[in-house]
Amino acid sequence: MSAAAMPGAEMVIKALVDQGVDVVFGYPGGAVLPIYDALFKQNRLRHILVRHEQAAVHAAEGYARSTGKVGAVLVTSGPGATNAVTGLTDALMDSIPVVCLTGQVPTHLIGNDAFQEADTTGITRPCTKHNYLVKDVNDLARMMHEAFYVARTGRPGPVVVDLPKDVLFATGTYTPPESVTHKTYRPQTVPDAARIAAAVELIASAKRPVFYGGGGLVNSGERACALFQELARLTGYPVTLTLMGLGAYPASDKQFLGMLGMHGTYEANLVMHGCDLMVNVGARFDDRVTGKLAAFSPGSKKIHVDIDPSSVNKNVSVDLALIGDAGETLAEMIKVWKAKRAKPDAKAIGAWWRQIDEWRKRDCLRYQKSDRIIKPQYALERLYALTRGRDLYVTTEVGQHQMWAAQFLKFEAPRHWMTSGGLGTMGYGLPAAMGVQVAHPGALVIDVAGEASILMNIQEMSTVMQYRLPVKVFILNNQYMGMVRQWQELLHGGRYSESYTASLPDFVKLAEAFGAVGLRATRPDEVDSVIKEMIKVDKPVIVDVVVDQTENCFPMIPSGAAHNEMLLGPQDKQTEGPVSEEGMVLV
Amino acid sequence: MSGSSSGIEKHTIAVLVDNEPGVLARVIGLFSGRGYNIESLTVAEVDRAHGLSRITVVTSGTPMIIEQIKAQLGRLVPVHAVRDLTQEGAHVERELALIKVAGTGDKRIESLRLADIFRARVVDSTIESFVFEMTGSTEKLNAFINLMEPLGLIDVSRTGVVAISRGAGRI
Repeated sequence: MSAAAMPGAEMVIKALVDQGVDVVFGYPGGAVLPIYDALFKQNRLRHILVRHEQAAVHAAEGYARSTGKVGAVLVTSGPGATNAVTGLTDALMDSIPVVCLTGQVPTHLIGNDAFQEADTTGITRPCTKHNYLVKDVNDLARMMHEAFYVARTGRPGPVVVDLPKDVLFATGTYTPPESVTHKTYRPQTVPDAARIAAAVELIASAKRPVFYGGGGLVNSGERACALFQELARLTGYPVTLTLMGLGAYPASDKQFLGMLGMHGTYEANLVMHGCDLMVNVGARFDDRVTGKLAAFSPGSKKIHVDIDPSSVNKNVSVDLALIGDAGETLAEMIKVWKAKRAKPDAKAIGAWWRQIDEWRKRDCLRYQKSDRIIKPQYALERLYALTRGRDLYVTTEVGQHQMWAAQFLKFEAPRHWMTSGGLGTMGYGLPAAMGVQVAHPGALVIDVAGEASILMNIQEMSTVMQYRLPVKVFILNNQYMGMVRQWQELLHGGRYSESYTASLPDFVKLAEAFGAVGLRATRPDEVDSVIKEMIKVDKPVIVDVVVDQTENCFPMIPSGAAHNEMLLGPQDKQTEGPVSEEGMVLV
Repeated sequence: MSGSSSGIEKHTIAVLVDNEPGVLARVIGLFSGRGYNIESLTVAEVDRAHGLSRITVVTSGTPMIIEQIKAQLGRLVPVHAVRDLTQEGAHVERELALIKVAGTGDKRIESLRLADIFRARVVDSTIESFVFEMTGSTEKLNAFINLMEPLGLIDVSRTGVVAISRGAGRI
C-alpha cells in the first residue's frame, strides 16, 4: 500500500487496524473527540466504553494476556491519562503488551497549564516501557507502528502515545507498517550456542534439580510452554511455577510441585531451598519467591533463561545466564539434549523424588473443614470441581482470595489465569475479566474477588451489562481486607487498623441495581447450588460468598524469612518470636 | 550465592542515544528511580547527520550494581550503545572549569603564578578579579580549585567529565 494523505485522527484508526487491533478499550474526552469522530464513521474497529480509565487499561491487559495480542487503550488528556497510570504501571510490572493512546492539548498550548492538560509523557516515563509525543502529523503513523513493535518485542510492556489535538486535525502522509523499522531496539532472542551446551551439561548431571518457570513462559507463548513441558518430561525433573507462570505447565501433572514463594506449597519451597541445580525459565527471582536473599537456595547452581538482560543478576547471582526468548532457548536445549542422548542420574533423581514425596505428605494446603461456616478454600475447591471441562478463564483481585485461587484452582494451559502479580493492584480483576470476555465471547470468565477489592472498580458492572459480557464475580466476603489483617495479626499484635470493611453494600442488591444477577451463599451446603446457578445464567453475575473471617492464608514465608522457615498453619508460631527488624520493613 | 560485592567502584559510562526530546530525562529518571548514584553527567549532540547524542555519566556502586546500571541503560528504547570505559581499559577523561578568583596584592600575583603552572588560561580580568579557564583530569581541577580557596576563590562552574576510549575503536 502506498502512502496516502489523511487527517491524523484517521491515521490513528488506520494504524490500529493495520496492526491487527480488533477492539479498543476507552473513554472519550475533549482532546480525543477527533478520534472518536473517526471511530463513529467506521465499523472495522470495535470500541468498548469503560466507566473509568484505569479499567480500560486493566481490560486491555486481560485481553492481551488471554490472547497474546497487544491490548489497545484510548483515553483523553489530563485526568484521562493520569487515571490510566495505575494500569500502565501494572502492565509494566507484569510485562503485558499494551499500547495506550492518550489525548493531549494542542501543541502550542503544551506547558501552558491548559484545560485538562497533564505532562503525560513526563508522568508516564517511569511507568511505561517507552512513550511518544507526536508533534508532527507526518510522524504519527511511524510512531504508532513503532509503539506496537516496542510493546510486543523483547520483554513486552506498555507504551504510551500522546496525541495533541491539533495533530489529530492536521493532514499528513500515512506510512504503512512495513516501511517502519526501529533504529535501535533489537533485543537478543536467540541465545549463545556454547551456553546452551553448558546448560544441558549442568542439567544432565544434576542430582537434586528443579525447573522454576515464570511469566516469561506465558509471554513467549504456547510453544514455549509446550517445550518447557517437553524438557521436563525428557528429564523427569520436578517443576514449580510462579504466580505469573501458572498454567505454563499442567497443574495436574505428577511432576508439578505447585506454586512456590510466599504462599507457595511446602514441597515447592523446600525443593527450591535444597536443590543443587535451579533452572529458571522466564522468572525474575521476585522477592515474593526468594524470601530472605542471603538464605535463598544456598547450595545450588543457578541457570537463568531470560529475554531481559537487566533481569539477570539483579538480586540473585546466577552461574549461567542465557539471554533469549524462552521458546527459542528451550527448543535449542531440547535439540542438544536429544543429540547428546543425555541421561539423568536415575539413582539420585529417584532419591530426590522420594524426599519430595515425603514433603508432599505434609499436605500443606489442608485446612479445617466446617459444616457451619463456609471456608474460603472450600468455596474455591467447589468452584474448581464444578467448572471442570469448561473453557474457563480466571482473573483475580488482590489479597488472600488471590493466593487461595492460585493454590486451589488448577490450570492445565497458559493464558487462562490473569492476575496482578508485580504491582498487586486491587480492582484489577473485574476489568481484566471484561477484557478476557471480549476476547473469548463464548467462554466462562470468573473474577475471584474479595469484598474490599471489588469495590475499587465496581462501576465496570455497567460496562459488562452494556456489552452483554456474562462475567461472573465470585466474591469471598470475609468483611476484612484479609491479607492486611493477616499481616496485622502476625506483625502488629493483632491491631486491625483500618482493615475492617465497614458499610459494605448488599452485593445481591448491588448486582440487581446494575441489572445483573445477584446470588448469595452463607452456608457450606448452599455453595454448590449457587455456583451451578452462576454458571447457568447467561448474564453478568455477582456471587456473595460469606466466608470465615478468621481464616489465614498458609503456607506463609513471613517477610525476611528463608524458605525453610515457613509457617504451615495457625498453630505454627514462629520459634523466635515476631518477624525480625529486617523483615518488618519489607512489604 | 547471592549479592557478591567487593566494595564501591567508580565507573565512567558512555551512552550513545537518539537525540530526541526527553532522552536525557529518561536516563536521569532511570538513575533516580532506582537510586543509582550520578557523580557527573554530560550530554551533547555528537552526530547531526544521524541525530545521535552522547551521554557520559560517572557513577559509583558495587560491581553487581554497575552491571545492573549498564543493563538498565541498554534496555532503554532510544539507546544505541552502552560502553563502560573504566572496564574496557585505556581511555581519556577531561573536564573543563571556569574559576573566578578575586584577590589583591600578593594573593593576586600568587593566583596568576599558580594558574601559569597549571596551564590555566585567563579568560577575564579586572583590577580585582580573574576568571581562569582550565581543562584536565578531575584530580587536576580539584587540586587547582583547592589552591585557589585561600587566594580569593569566588565561583566555580564545571562541565563534568567527558571521556573517550584510546585507540581507533568507536563506541
